[in-house]
Amino acid sequence: MARAMTSAVFTGPRIGAVDGQQGRVSALATGFRADRRRQTIGSLFLIGPLVAFIVFAFVLPLGTMLFHAINNPEVRNAFPMTLASLEDWDGTGTPPDAAFDALAADIRASADPKTMAEAGRRLNYEITGFRSLLAKTVRTVRAAPEKSARIQLLAIDGNWDNPAYWRVIQRNGAPLTAFYLLSAVDLRPGENGGVQMAPREERLFLSTLMRTLTISALVTVICLFVAYPIANAIVAIGGRFSAIMLACVLLPFWTSLLVRTSAWIVILQKEGVVNRLLQALNITNAPLELVFNRTGLYIAMVHILLPFMVLPLVSVMKGISPSYVKASASLGAGPVTTFLRVYLPLTLPGVGAGCLLTFIISAGYYVTPTLVGGASDQMLSYFVAFYANTTINWGMSAALGVLLLTCILALYGIVGRIVGIGRIVGME
Amino acid sequence: MPVALRRAQIAFCCLAMIFLIGPTIVIIPISFSSANFLSYPLPGFSLQWYEKILQPQPWMSALLNSLLIGVGATLVSTVLGTLAALGMSRGRLPARSMILAVVISPMIVPVVISGVGMYFFFAKLGLVASFLGLVLAHAVLAVPFVLITVTATLKNFDINLVRAAASLGASPFHAFRTVTLPLIAPGVISGALFAFVFSFDEVVVALFISGPGQRTLPRQMFDGLRDNIDPSILAMSTLLVIISIVLMGGGALAQKRAATNRSTANV
Repeated sequence: MARAMTSAVFTGPRIGAVDGQQGRVSALATGFRADRRRQTIGSLFLIGPLVAFIVFAFVLPLGTMLFHAINNPEVRNAFPMTLASLEDWDGTGTPPDAAFDALAADIRASADPKTMAEAGRRLNYEITGFRSLLAKTVRTVRAAPEKSARIQLLAIDGNWDNPAYWRVIQRNGAPLTAFYLLSAVDLRPGENGGVQMAPREERLFLSTLMRTLTISALVTVICLFVAYPIANAIVAIGGRFSAIMLACVLLPFWTSLLVRTSAWIVILQKEGVVNRLLQALNITNAPLELVFNRTGLYIAMVHILLPFMVLPLVSVMKGISPSYVKASASLGAGPVTTFLRVYLPLTLPGVGAGCLLTFIISAGYYVTPTLVGGASDQMLSYFVAFYANTTINWGMSAALGVLLLTCILALYGIVGRIVGIGRIVGME
Repeated sequence: MPVALRRAQIAFCCLAMIFLIGPTIVIIPISFSSANFLSYPLPGFSLQWYEKILQPQPWMSALLNSLLIGVGATLVSTVLGTLAALGMSRGRLPARSMILAVVISPMIVPVVISGVGMYFFFAKLGLVASFLGLVLAHAVLAVPFVLITVTATLKNFDINLVRAAASLGASPFHAFRTVTLPLIAPGVISGALFAFVFSFDEVVVALFISGPGQRTLPRQMFDGLRDNIDPSILAMSTLLVIISIVLMGGGALAQKRAATNRSTANV
């Protein structure tokens, strides 16, 4: 930049000699503009590799996942002829003979056994029992195809006479589906194109979402009330006490999450230190259930997330001049009034940043709830992992991921508008 | 503040200190227990659990995997993050807030979601169950930490020093190597430290995309905690606590050096 500036100054007068002052200024401006352009290009050149890397290793994976929430290839791959024959069917009564023939033909034509298995699994999400029906049909038709597909299929299982099964096949001929996203909020596609609530015993995810939000909110509130006096002490007391206190906050921050989680499992178990202590002090007679339930989850999560609340508070409190509090006191305000009307409002940006950070980390937490919580304490992230790894229902996993991500981005949007995203992540 | 209230606050802080570091301290003696249960009183002293974790399988190979992946991820994220921080701090960037949103997004999205996405996407590219896949995954998740730390250091960096170097005839690369880099080194080092600690402690993505050949230390501990917990996990934990104290000291030192540099640069 320096070089560009000096060259602009030196070449300026020579070019502008004809027009005098005016030309010199415009040449200088041109030089400035060229220099700025060069600088912008230089910046983009420096940022480019990182952006490319993030697009490859993060944005594309995220996009893939979001796509899986609406991707619906299974039925299309397995039943192309059936879907064509159902095109004109109005969905009432038994489908035409051609549809039965096409279904048998599709079964015979499919070379890869996985195609039918995947279609069966996909259809089973919508009508329980469809998988075994299809598996049975595939076996029989492959073994000995008969002349009349309708008679053979109805002989295999009377359910092939039920138009609901055919409607599900017909509906899933579409390349994209809202089924998973609807299921993530306990809805099902209705028979007539609308949506309806899932059967009561299958409603699982709205309550999981509520549990996720409740646990996160309570952890955030506890963290705030514990962290506020600590942060204030670190800033206000000073000296060795503050240094030790700060180190106590930072050490867990640097200690492995799994170390801390295993420590809590050991301490809170039936024979653990806490139970022994409570019994020795005669507070309880029998050991309390402190771990693998909600209590243990709260204790471990508050411990793990506390630094995320303390540190933003400390950084805001450090910027508050003690003279504000003194001024308030000298004007006759009592300690309570001073706190509520002067100190607390000044710390609100730190409170906002800390609460957001704590809440968001907590809402997306996987490791600690999985290890320390009980079966009824699992949050959304557990089910995201469960459907991806255990049942291999990628669509459901992705849809729950979308639900979780939506909640978190909405929160970022709201708090970001109030406090500013840069401030939350510590970049501004 | 009234004295009584201040005393209550100090008492509260002392309890909080016990809450914060007590659990970590309590588990250390159990790792020296001669029995294989995890509670006090200890029947006797023994180093058997340390012997066990020093065996190549499974602990030492897991430690080695974690170190390899951590170093790889740190290198990638530190180089890319530092370059980007330099670019972002030079001002006048079109669509700056959009670029900022993209580069810090790995920090905002819950790791479970990133992990599932990487599992789906990397499977197509054959990167699942490979060292390269884990290095890339950890690097991309750690890069915002590097970016934020280096950006914070650059805020106190006087751009006139680079101008002075340029006016004395230094090429941009030479100026970066001899002027910029030594001054921002503490920020870069603490960013790298953050990235390493992140990768060294990361378990969720490792659960999704690591194969049996890339079993990392956190993954080994996670499986141990879920299936059968014995004092060897606590022995490993004790070692990790010692490592984290060393790293924390290193981080504090880097920050101290950054502060000294700042004050000398201002003179």
